[in-house]
Amino acid sequence: MKVDPDFLDTLRLGGEFNARQCINCGTCTALCPLGMEIMPRKLFRYALLGNKEAVLKSTEPIYSCLLCKMCEANCPGGVHIAENVRALRSYLNAEVLEV
Amino acid sequence: MGIPIASTLGMLGDNLTKRKSALPLAGRVVTAWADGLDLPHGGKTVIYTGQMWQMVPAINAMGHQLAQYEEKEADGMFRMVRRLNRLVNLTSFLARTTAAEREVYYERLRNIARLLKAAGVKFGYLYEDDWYAGALAYDEGLDPAFRAHAQRVAEMLKRHGVERLITVDPHTTNMLRSIYPKVVPGFHVKVTSYLEVLAEHPPKTVRPLDSTVTLHDSCVYARYEGVIEPPRELLMHGGAKLVQPDLEKGLTFCCGGPAETLFPTKSGKIAAQRIEQLKACSPNVVTACPLCLASLSRAAPKDVHVRDISDYLVKAYLPAAKA
Ligand code: SF4
Ligand code: SF4
Repeated sequence: MKVDPDFLDTLRLGGEFNARQCINCGTCTALCPLGMEIMPRKLFRYALLGNKEAVLKSTEPIYSCLLCKMCEANCPGGVHIAENVRALRSYLNAEVLEV
Repeated sequence: MGIPIASTLGMLGDNLTKRKSALPLAGRVVTAWADGLDLPHGGKTVIYTGQMWQMVPAINAMGHQLAQYEEKEADGMFRMVRRLNRLVNLTSFLARTTAAEREVYYERLRNIARLLKAAGVKFGYLYEDDWYAGALAYDEGLDPAFRAHAQRVAEMLKRHGVERLITVDPHTTNMLRSIYPKVVPGFHVKVTSYLEVLAEHPPKTVRPLDSTVTLHDSCVYARYEGVIEPPRELLMHGGAKLVQPDLEKGLTFCCGGPAETLFPTKSGKIAAQRIEQLKACSPNVVTACPLCLASLSRAAPKDVHVRDISDYLVKAYLPAAKA
């Protein structure tokens, strides 16, 4: 795994990204209507670890998130999940998709 | 494989930047709903649709077109369409709608305006300056296009001297009430959803509803904006009996609509799941968002009736229209 130590800072340029508060409890994944294992907890782990490659490979989960906040409403860590997903989109739009 | 994300979002962003809307509609398509209502031009308090209701038939048509490419390799074609769309607005070709389809959504807007009038609320309308608020661009992370547009909308509202907006859907409410103040310095326009306005000044019940219904809370109203009690109060005050699923209020389950553009199959599955939850309570499903209405209507079997809350409120609070 290649680690990009600046990845988290780059994500923060797009706005808030508060995934550090995540305690990895899994509530969000259990409640998410998308039923994708990666959403949203694993995705945030990748970002926190600077695993840029894994994030870049996750365009489908990132763009299919409904921003419904079912996860966020029940998150014990107070993670702003929808805003974090939006920050990932904003990053991908600018860096990868060039939109 | 799959609907090409970059070109699709790129097109929405280009549209917002060049044409002030993610799906630019002709001026008359935006304002025709207000024909015959004699709404004054402008004023300090205005009803602001943000074009969401008017846009739904186009969103449906566009979704239908895009769904054909979910299982295909279409990157090259989509890139070409995006290039062309920069030169010519392709919305009316890609999202063709009929007058009858548009009328279904206009009627809801007319009903909302009539309800506000019946409640004694004084308000105007901005007509051709009833601009899209940018929700789709914001949600998709098209930040530069969204920020520039929000600034433009704020300046336009300032030019009109608008102090208070009455919004008619959750997404526009959320943009103008919670997001604009964060991205547009000095944006202080008061924003209230028509459901909140009506719940505060409910018109007299003239024809009590004799129905059992189940209310689908929109995620944006319930979890982003805390608009939970007003639709309940209005339905119950109008005589409806509410039977609710476990997943309601702050725990509501999404209608699937937000995934419709890029992932129509996923979107349809989530909508079907929600319909199952709702229909276990009542076959009369009530929505309070044009996108929830469209998404759940698509997923509903024949014996489930999905209607907008304004359809019920009109029955309860307005005298029967003369034949
Ligand atoms: S619910 Fe919150 S704290 Fe738990 S894994 Fe998800 S993001 Fe982390
Ligand atoms: S906001 Fe996204 S990650 Fe959270 S529950 Fe909804 S679809 Fe899943």
